[in-house]
Amino acid sequence: MVPEPVYIAGAFEHPTREAPDKSTMQLHAEVTAGALDDAGLSKDDVDGFLTAGVPEYEHGLTPLIMADYLGIEPSYMDSSDVGGSSYVGHVGHAASAIRDGHCEVAVITLAGRPRSASQATGTGARELRSYQDSFERIYGATNVTMYGMAARRHAHEYGTTSEQLAEIRVAASKHAQYNEHAMFRDPVTVDDVVNSRMVADPLHLLDCCVISDGGGALVVVSEDVESTLDRRCVEVLGVGESPGHHDAGRIDLTRTAAERSGAAAFERAGVGPEEIDYASIYDSFTITVLEALEDLGFCEKGEGGAFVEGGTLQAPDGELPFNTDGGGLCSNHPSNRGGMTKVIEAVRQLRGEANDEVQVDADLALAHGTGGSLGTRHGAATVVLGGAP
Amino acid sequence: MSWEPRPTPDVNPETAAFWAAASEGRFTVSRCGDCGLAFHYPRTRCPDCFSDRVELEDASGEGEIYSYSFTEQVGGWPEEALPLVLAYVELDEGPRVMTNVVGADPESLSVGQRVEVEFVDTEADDVSIPVFTPV
Ligand SMILES: [Zn+2]
Repeated sequence: MVPEPVYIAGAFEHPTREAPDKSTMQLHAEVTAGALDDAGLSKDDVDGFLTAGVPEYEHGLTPLIMADYLGIEPSYMDSSDVGGSSYVGHVGHAASAIRDGHCEVAVITLAGRPRSASQATGTGARELRSYQDSFERIYGATNVTMYGMAARRHAHEYGTTSEQLAEIRVAASKHAQYNEHAMFRDPVTVDDVVNSRMVADPLHLLDCCVISDGGGALVVVSEDVESTLDRRCVEVLGVGESPGHHDAGRIDLTRTAAERSGAAAFERAGVGPEEIDYASIYDSFTITVLEALEDLGFCEKGEGGAFVEGGTLQAPDGELPFNTDGGGLCSNHPSNRGGMTKVIEAVRQLRGEANDEVQVDADLALAHGTGGSLGTRHGAATVVLGGAP
Repeated sequence: MSWEPRPTPDVNPETAAFWAAASEGRFTVSRCGDCGLAFHYPRTRCPDCFSDRVELEDASGEGEIYSYSFTEQVGGWPEEALPLVLAYVELDEGPRVMTNVVGADPESLSVGQRVEVEFVDTEADDVSIPVFTPV
C-alpha cells in the first residue's frame, strides 16, 4: 500500500550567525514564525510540534517548555534527541504522526547560541554525564579528537589522504561564496586546508565546521493541507534512522549507521543513490562527509577519497552537488546541530530557490544527519525528498 | 603522576569492581558465561545474548593501537599533560577500549603498535585509571 503523501510546506533558516542579544527561546519563536510564513500558515494551524533537547534548558521537559512559551497546545509532541541528526529524523516522525491522524501541521524547530556562549564545541573536555562518560570522557575525549581517530583509521585501512578530505572543504567553500549569510565566504584550496593549523591530528582547522548561533524550522503537512497552499511543497518520500555505537567494544571507526538509515530511506522512497540529484550531508568534520558518502552508497566503502576528487561535490556541474549553502563547514552550525540546515537546503534545491550559481536541476534530493560522535555513539538519519507533484 | 585535576569516573554499583581491580593493578574485561563474549565497558548483562551471567576476568593488559589522535587543545585539561593522545586500544581479548597513550612522543605512534596497560592513581583508594604505553 502506498502511504499517504506528506509534504514539507515551509522551511526557514535564521539569517543570524551570532545572536548575543537574543534568547534561545526567542530564536525558536522566530524560526517558527519564519517557517509558518514561508508555508502560508499561521500559529493557529499548528497541531504538531517537534524539537530536540534545548541544551541551555533542563532536558526532559522540552516539549512542555516549548509549547508553553510558544502558546500552542499540539495534539502531537516529540523531543527525541539524537544530536544533530534529530531534525532529519523528526521529518519522518512528523510524517508518521500525520499519516496516523495525530496532526496535520507539524512544526520542527532548532535554535541555539553556542557562539555567543563562547562554547568550545570541538575542543572542550566535557563533564561526565552518561554511564559511558566514565570510560571515555575521563580521557579528555573531545569531539575533534574522536573524529580525528575516525579519520586516522580510515586513512590506515583505505589510504585516504588529508588532501582528499580537503576536497570536501574546497567544495563547500566554493558554494559558500554565493551565500550572503555564510560565516566563511572565501573559496579555499586543498593547500589552504592541509596547511591550516592542526587541531587534532590528522584533522586541520579547515576540516572542522564553524561554531555559530542561529536555527531553523520546517513545517510538515498532510496532503489535505498541502492542497490548500499556494507554496511549492516538497514530498517526503522516505526516512530512515539508526544508531551506531561502541558495540560492546567492536566499534568500527570507518563505518557509520548511514549504512542502515540510508538503506531504509531509499527503500521507502523506492529509489537508489544513483538517482539522487542533490545531497545535503552533515559536515561536522570533513571525515563525517566522507564516511557518510560511502555508507549511503554513493561510492564503495573505502573509495570516498577518490570519489570526492575532481570536483564531484561541486555545484552545479559535479556528479553529486552537496551542501550548496556552504554547509556546516562554511555557513553555519546552529546549536552545534547540523541536521536542520541540511533539510532546509535540500528543500531550497527542489524548489529551485538555492543561490543561482549553485542551483541544481534537482527532482530528487537527500539530506543526511550524523549526530553525537563517530568516536563513541552516533545517530544517523536520512531523508529522501521529491520535487513538486 | 596523579590523575587529578582530570575528571575521575563516577563509580556506581555496576562498575565499582572494575575500578577496584584497576586500583590493584588489574585490567579486567567482562566475560559472558553463556555466549562467551568478552566486552568493555563493564555491564552486568551481556549486550549480545542478554544473559546476566557476566563476570569480570583479568585481561592480559596488552593489545595494539586501533586508532589515535593527538592535540594541544583540550579545554579544562592540565597543561603539563599536553599534547594529549586519545586512542582506542584493541585488547588481545578483543574489545576496543578508549584510553590515553602515554610515555611516548605522539609523532612516533602508529596504528597497530603494541601497547600495555599501566595505572594512574586517583585520590580515591579504590579507583585507578588504566592508560596504555608502548611495549
Ligand atoms: Zn552473552
